[in-house]
Amino acid sequence: MDALDLARWQFGITTVYHFIFVPLTIGLSPLVAIMQTLWYRTGNERWLRLTKFFGKLLLINFAIGVATGIVQEFQFGMAWSEYSRFVGDVFGAPLAMEALAAFFVESTFLGLWIFGWDRLPKKIHLACIWAVALATNLSAFFILAANSWMQHPVGVEYNFETGRAEMNDIGAVLTNPTVLAAFPHTITAALLTAGTFVAGIAAWWMVKKVRSGDTATARDVYRPAVILGLVAMLVGGAGVAVSGDQQAKLMFEQQPAKMAAAEGLCESTDGASFSILAIGDLTNDCDGVRHLIEIPGLTSFLATNDFDAPIRGVDELQDYYAQWIRDWEEANGVEATFDDDTRFYPNLAITYWSFRLMIGFGIGSAALSLAALWLLRKKGTVTDKQWFGTLGVAAIATPFLASAFGWIFTEMGRQPWVVAPNPDPSGVDGVWLLTARGVSVVTSPATILISLIGFTLLYGVLAVVWYRLMHRYAVEGVAESEKDPSPEARAAAGRDGSDDDSTLSFAY
Amino acid sequence: MELTTVWFVLIAVLWTGYLVLEGFDFGVGMLLGILPKKGDKERERRVMINTIGPVWDGNEVWLLTAGGATFAAFPEWYATLFSGFYLPLFLILLALIVRVCAFEWRGKINDARWRAWADRALIFGSWLPSVLWGVAFANIVRGVELDADHQYVGGFFALLNPFALLGGVVTTLIFLTHGAIFLALKSDGDIRRRAGDFAARSSVATLVAAGAWAIWLQLAYADAAWTWAAVAVAAVALVLVVLAARARREGQAFVASAVAIVAAVVLIFGSLFPDVMPAFDAANSLTVDNAASTDYTLTVMTWVAVILTPIVLLYQGWTYWVFRKRLTTEHIPAHTGLTFRRDEPAAVAGASSGEGSGTIKE
Ligand code: HDD
Ligand code: HEM
Ligand code: HEM
Repeated sequence: MDALDLARWQFGITTVYHFIFVPLTIGLSPLVAIMQTLWYRTGNERWLRLTKFFGKLLLINFAIGVATGIVQEFQFGMAWSEYSRFVGDVFGAPLAMEALAAFFVESTFLGLWIFGWDRLPKKIHLACIWAVALATNLSAFFILAANSWMQHPVGVEYNFETGRAEMNDIGAVLTNPTVLAAFPHTITAALLTAGTFVAGIAAWWMVKKVRSGDTATARDVYRPAVILGLVAMLVGGAGVAVSGDQQAKLMFEQQPAKMAAAEGLCESTDGASFSILAIGDLTNDCDGVRHLIEIPGLTSFLATNDFDAPIRGVDELQDYYAQWIRDWEEANGVEATFDDDTRFYPNLAITYWSFRLMIGFGIGSAALSLAALWLLRKKGTVTDKQWFGTLGVAAIATPFLASAFGWIFTEMGRQPWVVAPNPDPSGVDGVWLLTARGVSVVTSPATILISLIGFTLLYGVLAVVWYRLMHRYAVEGVAESEKDPSPEARAAAGRDGSDDDSTLSFAY
Repeated sequence: MELTTVWFVLIAVLWTGYLVLEGFDFGVGMLLGILPKKGDKERERRVMINTIGPVWDGNEVWLLTAGGATFAAFPEWYATLFSGFYLPLFLILLALIVRVCAFEWRGKINDARWRAWADRALIFGSWLPSVLWGVAFANIVRGVELDADHQYVGGFFALLNPFALLGGVVTTLIFLTHGAIFLALKSDGDIRRRAGDFAARSSVATLVAAGAWAIWLQLAYADAAWTWAAVAVAAVALVLVVLAARARREGQAFVASAVAIVAAVVLIFGSLFPDVMPAFDAANSLTVDNAASTDYTLTVMTWVAVILTPIVLLYQGWTYWVFRKRLTTEHIPAHTGLTFRRDEPAAVAGASSGEGSGTIKE
């Protein structure tokens, strides 16, 4: 393998891995903040117990999210230096803003939250977890703005002298229509992920408690958590569908080849159908594709809101891109960047299947939430049906898979570009970059191989440890009781508010 | 001042924040393997870890910001530096990864073997970056082999020259001393005394090594004469560290060691300017001009940095204030972690829960 392939594997592995933990952090931090708010408002101990329980799971997850994020910050320079030179003027800005505006808040206030239970007044301590929740979501915005720029470059011009993209409008970068769709999509996907996580674990426990005769705990503690999780799933599920539809329309305008590939659509068609099952040699070749089950007109509708609209197939798009880029390069005396073998559309099989798996896994869990809410609709209902708990646990994995496939679709669907050209009239000529031209030139394949192996092995070990920890803490369940650690409670109990001699309520 | 100069200074400020703050985290991490004494090892380790517990993550973000800001303001520098110094950076990343997980996961499982692994990760994860940051910075000031396209072509082993290796020794010693002083400042009892003893001794070694390195740098690699001032400030600060550490004036010693780190950054960046990465062949050097982003980008980023950085300093400062209390082994609660085997009673925790006069022994 050459440096390019290795670098791509490394980026794909490390980023998909980072994004296993990220959606849970993004979605769970506001849910924990809501639980703590309910405790603060109602004084009901069950919410404190739930806050602590899910808070621990959040922290276990947060650590590995941070650890794997550090790699991301430097990877562009390490393995993608030519990409970094080309885009740095515009791409670095949201990255730096993310660190300054979001990571500092996230990390500092998380420290205050973890260690501050007995030091900070209740209200301020509560504000800390909200700061964390907002900051994780803000960080998602900035990084998605950066990523969306690669999908749809705006606010830039091409500098012929330096040969790089230069920013001329930060407002346009931060209000890129692509990020305005991708952000709600990713955030609601995260909410769906965390909702499923909370509901799944709580449902399992609810059933277990009922079966062991402890219906009171099932009803008082776990049921409210199940409901909270289910509502989050429902909101998240509706959100991904609405924003995903929005994204599909943008994609049709901005990256038609991705859309065509996602449908395995080779020839241009009026009223293109949405294929649910296709077989044959989808590898990267049009000849072998056979669609078995189709919904007529749906692809056209997804792309344009019109069931009969024409959709360009990859064959036509191949010629279109090749012609357009070549014309521009010749007209401007720019050295040719591609040859006749270059394909201007992504791998058909991967885009086709990742798109369907994303939607399928996600819709599956959202549908479950509807069913479960229906089952539990009567106030105070709990259930002892084993399948309910088992299904809850099984569902936890699905939104994680949906997110991973969503990214694989977005990123692999962008190929062969690392910065995709905008074909619509808003396109900025010259601001595009083939992935093959973004890779570092001085890092040898051996070097990248070493880091690829190193990261993969370490990540593998950490994944096992993460899983065991999460599992161990999940099966421990919510504590029997949890005493109010706040300075207010200490003062009320007659102990003086300062705690110089007592032990810490929490220590590593 | 030109915006490129402003950003050169800002990047230096971010690195200063990182090295001063994470410097003592690294120091405390390295000392985990040195200071705790037999008999009460576990509780002393926990005191040490908890002195930095609430703040290490915030400290680390200074590095991420320095990285992101370099990308935004000097993309060519970001690209050349990180692709050129690929392997050392890779090692640093591995170290930081295990370190982050070890901090957060160490207490989650109540088991001596588990903790032993976490401690290894913390210790290794603190030593390795301490050494490698010094090596990296020394190479940057020393100059590296860049070709006409600003690509680093010197290879990995060229980074291991004597000047750079001494640089690695210097950062390690400074961080050890800085960390020991921080620990003495934040703890009480026996561990405070031993941390003070350690600082009193290590500060002398630091003074010798850092002094030699600074003078070498100034004589061999600095163009400007004014950076002698930074050498002088660093030297005076390090002498004060020695004196204050011996007199057990922890607050003063801490300020002095922080000033020494600031002076070191000023020396490094001061002798670089106007280069950001000098090349052996000066024509190929990366400078603040040829590595920079456009004026527009720098202007935008200046606004962002000028507004946000003071706010960050405010709330980070507040965190230090909230957790200002000195810790002793008495403050450390019993282990609250679970055991992997569910049926095992959490024996140790049970025996000692209550006021934490825990019976946790190695
Ligand atoms: C949609 C959201 C999202 C996406 C696409 C990414 N991240 Fe991420 N990242 C987060 C959302 C997030 C987060 C939720 O904010 C994390 C997860 C755990 C955490 O502490 O913050 C985080 C952590 C995190 C950290 C550690 C922060 C800390 O120490 O507190 C860094 C440096 C990055 N990320 C950088 C990146 C880069 C360079 C990415 C692009 C390749 C990236 N992330 C993709
Ligand atoms: C966290 C969610 C993300 C996931 C799961 C993800 C996934 C992937 C995958 C699978 C690839 C490999 C594609 C291939 O080589 O064919 C890739 C490539 C890449 N992605 Fe993403 N990506 C994510 C977010 C981002 C973001 C936010 C950025 C930019 C800020 C980004 C920038 C890149 C770059 C530079 C490449 C390398 C070029 C390439 O191989 O396409 N990605 N990503
Ligand atoms: C009705 C269902 C959905 C539709 C129509 C939809 C549509 C889309 C589209 C078109 C993209 C690609 C955007 C691009 O390449 O520019 C995308 C990406 C993505 N999807 Fe979905 N999606 C749906 C459900 C889900 C679900 C349930 C999840 C996760 C739980 C999810 C997670 C993602 C993620 C993480 C990405 C990549 C990030 C991004 O571009 O926003 N999607 N989705």
